[in-house]
Amino acid sequence: MAGFLQQVVEGLGAGAIYAGLALALVLIYQFTGIVNFAQGELAMFSTYLAWQLTAAGLPFWLALVVTLVVSFAGGMLIERVIIRPVEGAPELTVVIVTVGLFIFVNAAAGWIWSFTIKDFPNPFPEGAFRAGGVSVGYSTLGILGVVAVVMGLLYLLFQHTKIGLGMRAVASSPQSARLVGIRVGWTLALGWGLAATVGAVSGVLVAPLLFLDPNLMGGVLIYAFAAATLGGFDSPLGAVVGGLVVGVAETLAGAYVGFIGSDLKIGVPLVIILGVLLLRPQGLFGRAVVERV
Amino acid sequence: MRVSVIGCTAMLLAAVAACGGRGGTEPGATASGPCQGQQTTGITDKTIKLGGIYPLSGPASAYGDIPKGIKAYFDYINAEKNGIGGRKVEFVVRDDGYQPPKAVEEARRLVEQEQVFALFQTLGTPSTTATWDYTNQRKVPQIFVATGASKWGTDTKHPWTIGWQPNYISEARVYAQYLKKEKPTAKVAVLYQNDDFGKDLFGGFKRAIEGSGITVVGEQSYEVTDPSIDPQMRNLAGSKADVFLNITTPKFGSQALAADAKNTAWNPLHIINNVSSSITVLKPVGFENVQGVVSSTYYKDPRDATWNDDAEMKLYKAKMAQYAPGTDPNVPFFTFGWAVADSFNKTMSAAKCPTREGLRDSMRSLSNVQINMLLPGVTMTTAADDGFPIESMQLMKFKGEGWELFGNVIDTRKEFGPLTG
Repeated sequence: MAGFLQQVVEGLGAGAIYAGLALALVLIYQFTGIVNFAQGELAMFSTYLAWQLTAAGLPFWLALVVTLVVSFAGGMLIERVIIRPVEGAPELTVVIVTVGLFIFVNAAAGWIWSFTIKDFPNPFPEGAFRAGGVSVGYSTLGILGVVAVVMGLLYLLFQHTKIGLGMRAVASSPQSARLVGIRVGWTLALGWGLAATVGAVSGVLVAPLLFLDPNLMGGVLIYAFAAATLGGFDSPLGAVVGGLVVGVAETLAGAYVGFIGSDLKIGVPLVIILGVLLLRPQGLFGRAVVERV
Repeated sequence: MRVSVIGCTAMLLAAVAACGGRGGTEPGATASGPCQGQQTTGITDKTIKLGGIYPLSGPASAYGDIPKGIKAYFDYINAEKNGIGGRKVEFVVRDDGYQPPKAVEEARRLVEQEQVFALFQTLGTPSTTATWDYTNQRKVPQIFVATGASKWGTDTKHPWTIGWQPNYISEARVYAQYLKKEKPTAKVAVLYQNDDFGKDLFGGFKRAIEGSGITVVGEQSYEVTDPSIDPQMRNLAGSKADVFLNITTPKFGSQALAADAKNTAWNPLHIINNVSSSITVLKPVGFENVQGVVSSTYYKDPRDATWNDDAEMKLYKAKMAQYAPGTDPNVPFFTFGWAVADSFNKTMSAAKCPTREGLRDSMRSLSNVQINMLLPGVTMTTAADDGFPIESMQLMKFKGEGWELFGNVIDTRKEFGPLTG
């Protein structure tokens, strides 16, 4: 039993990592109505910034604050320079641009910082909390805590602020939003900035565990997509629950389902994505899109 | 990632289509006299032109330091030793970004446009696998490829291709031999990368421990796309093994070392494969966390103080400073390049005919050839039925801030017999 519980805890730990990036995916989808494939790479790039700052001698928390501010500005800049020219183009065009951004940012990070791995300082204490034969690493608890806080903040932003209302309007219909006086361009840039910031948080959280290299987020992104699809692309709570479910499902399947083992673990999130899209396309917590015709 | 795969496939198709119309092999230059009829493309009395394909860009670009070590060596012998037997070496390096389709394209360019005498090193199992049909069809030597796969030696259909470094099976035999002696009843847990490389080494290990008291009590694989190998490490810790064999590439090597250090309840003897034994893998984990880890090697580590007064090491450091100024000679990839270039020099010098055929025959009849910067006791030996130049390695243990060699050089050829497919 302790063995099973330990596997569940491992799964939650992995799930928290996926949930962090899934929150950034949900955020940008909420603001702009597109799926940003480069989100993970932007997070990786932000993490390198934080690493560079700490390597230059800045204390961790100061480096983190600077990184978050720079990421926010960088996200907005990317929207202005790269996304603005294709604004209003079909969704596919924007998605392809984000794929290009993915490749570019990955190569740029490799060019600047090389592909050798770097160690990233862990903001949480070493060691683990033990109870009844199950041990939970403090960093796992820390990540879960931070992800919960970010989720709460996003929920407040989406549901209880004017910005949240405005951005929902922009995402659902940019033209009508503009007619009622919402500054659409500004809102889109804000979305990119905020998503880059949340992504930076998730990058900084996972880097101490996975070691920092330009492919830090490549593997995580697939799972984050599964998490966001499962939970619903418009729900922060859904992203977190989705992340945890994906993490636990993947770990348990790898440990207990013989033919899956470690070889087919990567298939689990894909099966989840497919299953959700077939049975409940809006995700567990998402709202179905209703169109009047 | 998907997109890049599709892109590369498209590129490959384009390359095949572009070359499809040409067909056949236009006859190159041939020799007269006792070597009559043999190919002399890319070689004259005064020059010899070689081509190398390495990942100078992309995720594996750390290996891009190898050709710099090679270039420094050739510059040195061109300037001070009158080249190889009077022939100045021209070494043309191409970038494949560790992508097999690009490697094929570059191999064609080197052979057909640059008219090189031989491909001196292609790097990586995927890129070499993609090019060896082509080089063997064209009868161009593809010498000392920089990959440890065992197939370069066990294969019989590609006589023009040969490896250099100890293959993964030989390496596995070294660890097996060590355990047989030190821990004859060892219970081993294995983490391996689920591809040719991981399976080659793990398979070699399983075969090498057959009939001994050593057992594998836990095995876990991972995919290069996995974000983390923590779940695998958790499962392995549950196996209660007293030896952990870490068959990984650098990033996962660091993760496994960190996971082992973090788990204070499980303290196996940690053996990490040569691929991940670089200091750049161990340093991020923290030197205090990797003390006592065991690995193996076959060439001299420039950071190891043991070699401070070694004549080969002194020459290497002096000439690197002279011909590759601004580089750090402590980077093991430069050393690797230096040693493999010396191997080429000695193999080419021993060739009976200065032709492609001569080089092919020479690289398959090496006998106890001493190479600069290889460990004392490690030499190159091949035969018509032995395509593995180096099959000896020495164990090393991590102590303080570097590796320390221990025990004798283990000649796996002697201990386990010839390696066959």
